[in-house]
Amino acid sequence: MKLPSETLSPAADETVMENPTVGIDQTKGDFQYKVDYAFDAGTGLTEDTVRYISSVKKEAPWILEFRLNALKKFFSMPMPTHWATKDLENIDFQKIRYYLSQGQKPKRTWDEVPDDIKKTFERLGIPEQERKFLAGVEAQFDSEAAYSNIKDIVAKQGVIFVNSTEGLREHPELFRKFFGKVIPTGDNKFSALNSAVFSGGSFIYVPKGVKVTQPLQAYFRINAENFGQFERTLIIADEGAEVVYMEGCTAPKFSTSTLHSAVVELVALKGAKIQYITVQNWANNVFNLVTKRGIAHEDAEIKWIDCNIGSRLTMKYPGVVLKGERARGEVISIALANDGQHQDTGAKMIHAANNTTSNIVAKSISVGQGRSTYRGVVHIPKHLKGCKNNTECDALLINTNSRTDTYPAITVRGDQNATQHEASVSKVNEEMIFYMQQRGLTEGQAMSLAVNGFINDLARQFPMEYSVELKRLIDLEMEGSVG
Amino acid sequence: MASLEIQNLQISIGDKPIVKGLSLTIRSGEVHAIMGPNGTGKSTLAKAIAGHPDYTITGGDVLLDGKSVLEMETDERARAGLFLAFQYPSEIPGVTIANFLRAALQARLAEGEEIDASAYYKRLYAKMDLLKIDRKFTSRAVNDGFSGGEKKRCEILQMAMLEPKFALMDETDSGLDIDALRIVAEGVNAQRGSAISPGILLITHYQRLLDYIIPDHVHVMWDGRIVKSGDKSLALELEAKGYDWVKQEFAAASA
Ligand SMILES: Nc1ncnc2c1ncn2[C@@H]1O[C@H](COP(=O)(O)OP(=O)(O)OP(=O)(O)O)[C@@H](O)[C@H]1O
Ligand SMILES: [Mg+2]
Repeated sequence: MKLPSETLSPAADETVMENPTVGIDQTKGDFQYKVDYAFDAGTGLTEDTVRYISSVKKEAPWILEFRLNALKKFFSMPMPTHWATKDLENIDFQKIRYYLSQGQKPKRTWDEVPDDIKKTFERLGIPEQERKFLAGVEAQFDSEAAYSNIKDIVAKQGVIFVNSTEGLREHPELFRKFFGKVIPTGDNKFSALNSAVFSGGSFIYVPKGVKVTQPLQAYFRINAENFGQFERTLIIADEGAEVVYMEGCTAPKFSTSTLHSAVVELVALKGAKIQYITVQNWANNVFNLVTKRGIAHEDAEIKWIDCNIGSRLTMKYPGVVLKGERARGEVISIALANDGQHQDTGAKMIHAANNTTSNIVAKSISVGQGRSTYRGVVHIPKHLKGCKNNTECDALLINTNSRTDTYPAITVRGDQNATQHEASVSKVNEEMIFYMQQRGLTEGQAMSLAVNGFINDLARQFPMEYSVELKRLIDLEMEGSVG
Repeated sequence: MASLEIQNLQISIGDKPIVKGLSLTIRSGEVHAIMGPNGTGKSTLAKAIAGHPDYTITGGDVLLDGKSVLEMETDERARAGLFLAFQYPSEIPGVTIANFLRAALQARLAEGEEIDASAYYKRLYAKMDLLKIDRKFTSRAVNDGFSGGEKKRCEILQMAMLEPKFALMDETDSGLDIDALRIVAEGVNAQRGSAISPGILLITHYQRLLDYIIPDHVHVMWDGRIVKSGDKSLALELEAKGYDWVKQEFAAASA
């Protein structure tokens, strides 16, 4: 363990985990500038690691308490390999670094951000996007936000947009009231881990009736090898408020594995609307194990738009607890599993009030050895009436080795509720590719057009900038997948 | 003047020879009709020339402007000026005609060059009007849920937009109603009369298309070979008499 005042650059670890992914194009995020970290919790996970994190953040005692309890839970819970992939066993928690930062206070202007970190975000185009169409940006680099800013006009409306460290420090009552309430520590092994070592992520509060017209964006960048990123996001939309939050994620291509394990909690109070958009493009050695859930109160609406590209293994099942009457929940998910990748994604809809509606549309694309799994839970208890769910799962297979599994679990009790479930599996066949190539498109262009066609009806619902970004990422993936 | 030379071409599927030595030279502006019974290898010929991966070229060559295309990828051949109007066009769900054609045209530009969107749409609409295709079709997915005739018209629209040097048209007339047949033929003739003036290999079973697109040469294909060639009157003769006499003539000649 390192003292907060020392400076050390990341050391390379000798251990190389087996991962069959090589040669997939990840060019956009695949670069790394050398960075000096002032704070480093060292390698491995013990109580001391947790105490170190809590102390550099100068946290209140209850938070340390919360963290230490979570750590115990994490150690006591088994890996969920009885239902999930055995690949999880390849994560060696004692070889991971849990906290790396240059400091706990993000800068408010890009000019103040240290050059070694700023270079990365400039190359990813974040400052430019901010100027163009965002209401606020938080840019997290390894464990902490290096930059965080919200446009004056939005701040004046009373909107709070800070990282979790600042949120805890500056808005403790609000934070504590909702924190860990949507996703309890012991929800799963990885939510317990996150609760023990969380750092970074966003804390957002939108006051009553305020509609934030432009999206707030967070960008999560992993820079160090053998690193674990554990951001914690809490978004509260007060009565009648509206907000769109967007997150992007990248990491350079490492030969050893990296862990990303976030917890995201959303609270939409009466009549509020939250839209949470993820476009992730993780490198192929990232284990991405994320818990995301929201609570929608009366007449509120929560919509998750989740695009998962890259990573070695993603396990993510965004959920909505429909707690108030007429609440609406929606999960739109797109997962692309290329060679050596496993996208294990899905959605959870827990109906807990009358006349609540939920909609799940999940599209997966499996390429080469890529594997996609859909897991869904829809729960409508017997005593409710007027609830509706629509679930649609479509899988696209590109070449015969790809694998797709669907595990929809729909429990609907009682006869005053309606559900509809549709699933399809289609293939991009050789004839279709030949047809497109005959018109002059390369094989890679043809495949990426086919994939974009498959998700077109979903991508159209995204804000323009993100559908363009998504298309570009798909183009890169598909170009890279052609031998 | 451009040329497409098919030289003693032999094509197999797996171990099975389908086309067994076929030679034909097409020049810009010429229309060569190929007729012949089902299963004689007409589509095989067209698809193999376009580079379909199922077919193996076991002998002979195909030269575009004197240069062999056999080592080229399908898309390179396409960009070099070869177009195949498919007998059974593929459906591409979610990809609109407008986006598809735009991508195809974009693929022909040098790196860094961008298509002028408004000029593109103007041109696309003009061609659609000519082929009497409703402009609403631009936002429909390529061939997805199209009727047989709509698919064929869409093939000709693509040909008109991509302006190939040579078009291999595989039973473009099948599935077309009488009005559509005339419209499609007019579309093809308009291209023949334009500066592009492609050479055309027209695979068909019926004389009626040849009433509208007058061929310069008519060839009869049977068992993987051209067994008889003539002018447009040969098509009329086939229509009247069927194929048996050609087969017999060929058998007698090669005995
Ligand atoms: N992919 C394939 N696999 C196996 N056999 C094939 C394949 N494609 C074509 N064939 C066979 O090759 C032969 C020639 O087929 P082709 O489609 O070229 O005939 P055609 O002359 O176009 O017939 P039609 O007039 O019915 O369209 C047929 O016996 C056909 O069954
Ligand atoms: Mg045929």
